[in-house]
Amino acid sequence: MLLADGRHVPDLHLDASEVVRCRALADQVTAPVLGFVEGHTTVAIERTVLRLFGLHGAGPRGVPQVNLAVDELHRRGLLGRGAAWWLGYVMRQGARDPVAIVEAIASLPEHPAPLPAADDRALREALAREARAAVAELKGRVAGRNALKAELGTGPRPHKYLIVATGNIWDDVEQARAAAQAGADVIAVIRSTAQSLLDYVPHGATTEGFGGTYATQENFRIMREALDDESRRLKRYLHLTNYSSGLCMPEIAFAAAWERLDMLLNDAMYGILFRDINMKRTLCDQHFSRRICALADILVNTGEDNYITTADADEAAHTVIASQFVNESFAHRAGLPDRLLGLGHSFEIDPARPDTIARELAQALLVRHLFPDAPLKYMPPTKHKQGDIFFSHGYDLMADVVGWVSGQGIQLLGMMTEAMHNPSLADRYQALKGADYVYRAWRSMGSELQLKPGGMVESRAAATLHRARQLLEEVAADGLFAAIGKARFGDVARRETGGKGLDGVVARAPDYFNPLLDEMEAA
Amino acid sequence: MTARPPAAGTLVRPYGDRQDDGVLQLSFVLPVPAGERAREAAAEVARKLGLTQVLVASMEAAAERYTFFVVYGRTEVAVDLSTLQVAEVVTRKKGFDELNEFALREVGRRLVVLGACTGSDAHAVGIDAIMNMKGFAGDYGLERYPCFEAVNLGAQVENAALAREVVERGADAVLVSQVVTQRDVHRDNARRLVDELTRLGRRSQVILLLGGPRIDHKLALELGYDAGFGPGTRPSDVANYLVGEVLRRMGKELHG
Repeated sequence: MLLADGRHVPDLHLDASEVVRCRALADQVTAPVLGFVEGHTTVAIERTVLRLFGLHGAGPRGVPQVNLAVDELHRRGLLGRGAAWWLGYVMRQGARDPVAIVEAIASLPEHPAPLPAADDRALREALAREARAAVAELKGRVAGRNALKAELGTGPRPHKYLIVATGNIWDDVEQARAAAQAGADVIAVIRSTAQSLLDYVPHGATTEGFGGTYATQENFRIMREALDDESRRLKRYLHLTNYSSGLCMPEIAFAAAWERLDMLLNDAMYGILFRDINMKRTLCDQHFSRRICALADILVNTGEDNYITTADADEAAHTVIASQFVNESFAHRAGLPDRLLGLGHSFEIDPARPDTIARELAQALLVRHLFPDAPLKYMPPTKHKQGDIFFSHGYDLMADVVGWVSGQGIQLLGMMTEAMHNPSLADRYQALKGADYVYRAWRSMGSELQLKPGGMVESRAAATLHRARQLLEEVAADGLFAAIGKARFGDVARRETGGKGLDGVVARAPDYFNPLLDEMEAA
Repeated sequence: MTARPPAAGTLVRPYGDRQDDGVLQLSFVLPVPAGERAREAAAEVARKLGLTQVLVASMEAAAERYTFFVVYGRTEVAVDLSTLQVAEVVTRKKGFDELNEFALREVGRRLVVLGACTGSDAHAVGIDAIMNMKGFAGDYGLERYPCFEAVNLGAQVENAALAREVVERGADAVLVSQVVTQRDVHRDNARRLVDELTRLGRRSQVILLLGGPRIDHKLALELGYDAGFGPGTRPSDVANYLVGEVLRRMGKELHG
């Protein structure tokens, strides 16, 4: 198989009818969810819309203005019409600057007087114009980013993805520059633990975090600026990624788009299963976030690799595949093309077992063949990592080999000190040195190797695809919400009415107004 | 408690390829560009650590202003095994079936065991490895043991909520996992559960275990827990400890 980037990977023969069937089933799974999404909005979506109109600041005690405004509307049951409409309403009453707007919204009566039809029309037209201008500005920023990328060029595939996680954005910058100098192509700033459960986006540059650094618009700006500078110095474009997940998914996506990030982890399933976020809330938020990513040319990473850190990687391999089909369908419905679809998977089978490479290779090649135009993000082992850093380094190199031979687009490099502490500078250096050696040494092997027909790799891939189809049949019949309730993914069960954030889901009124969504849907 | 305590004056030194050669290998980064001054600085770090015959085996530029070193040296340091104070948690283990049978017979009921990753810590990987049915590295998790009623509450469980669960479920034991340790957040967080249980008057009725990559038995005791489990702990280590401790509190023994 020849990839778009010129690499060859060994051909894997698959039952084409089964692949077609999986795609059709995935579309059946996502259709009713989209039906729900299109009838609802969330507090996070409405906050995002207000951010587009310039409500970026924070009020007393650091509460973002968008939270103050949206909470007031929600309390009065007014959110179903869309926060943008109420923004227009108070602006017609004379509120101009963000502080005045928030105050005017906070002093709205329980039942504000309706507007005459002509005024309503004028309000919508004025805000639609403003939204169009803001979206044009956003697209201009994205075009600037893409021009720099085109001018400098990017490193060869797979892009080497390295994590920084100091908690302090300034230390992160220093670590990111060092990683870039040692060969990193993508810098991921890990978020502070539990940020996904905050129902607001923290404000400003931050220097205190636990297990990572808060995702804030200012932190995004600081890191992107540093990477722009480092990209020019190294004459190689450096990508920046963060996490559009949790209760503020769409706001993070918008901040990231504005600050010219290149990729975002964006996967509702991850939040549902591993952070116990309500499924209705986060699937609405995901759709809106993905629309933003489509608008801003942001590559989305999905989190299927996480299923096999809880479930057994060998037994649950098919759940990864089934979920990827579902994620692909959701992404297409949000307007994302395949080239922006970094489906996630990983090298996680228990290394104490025999023949794990055959099974890892089967899985990685299966994903590659099923999604030939998607960049794919391959994750290193984490679950079976322990304190023996020497074994750990060798174990990571095996993942690098499988990632290379199977033609992955983005490879997260394993850290020898995984499961011990945040990566040291030396850990990243060793990971990069090892991966570079693997890619150099295995350079042409993708086109040299042929899989034995009916052999271990081929039959394992076929069996996994078959089980994925069976799972998709079940999920299509039960519905996605019920399937999650039965722990079909990651061995974790979640209820439709459980988890965090359901109270932030609101039915759209017949006269719902969201000029940002209108712009994105028209694009 | 190994089978027999070491004789007084039993000295050990690090072993490279000969008894008592004292060989140590180090790797570290210095925040300076690579060069002869950097190499000498690395050697000096090793000498100041008390090493002799220092060899800087590798010096590589890890970034423009950071240099990675692999350094060897020899130490004169020796340790007298007989003088060490060691609190080993698990010594002898029973097999899965044997332990279950023994526990159910001697205790006469299933032990209620709660597991949680507490506070803001979102890393469920440790508690999952010990609690979940599948377990870790071929060692079944506590959920699989018939002698335990094991409940994994997952990550980001508030200490106050966990203490209430202990009371409501009549828990015999609680396993607390702490993975994130930046700025010692795990210490305060771990102590908070002890405080909550003390406040509810339940501390003495429940066995408290602390686990995580940066936890050891000594630290756990210091924070008010009954035992601590660090990296490499298997579910069966925890299971054997739990049954042994419950029996001890009943005035019985696991290995009679």
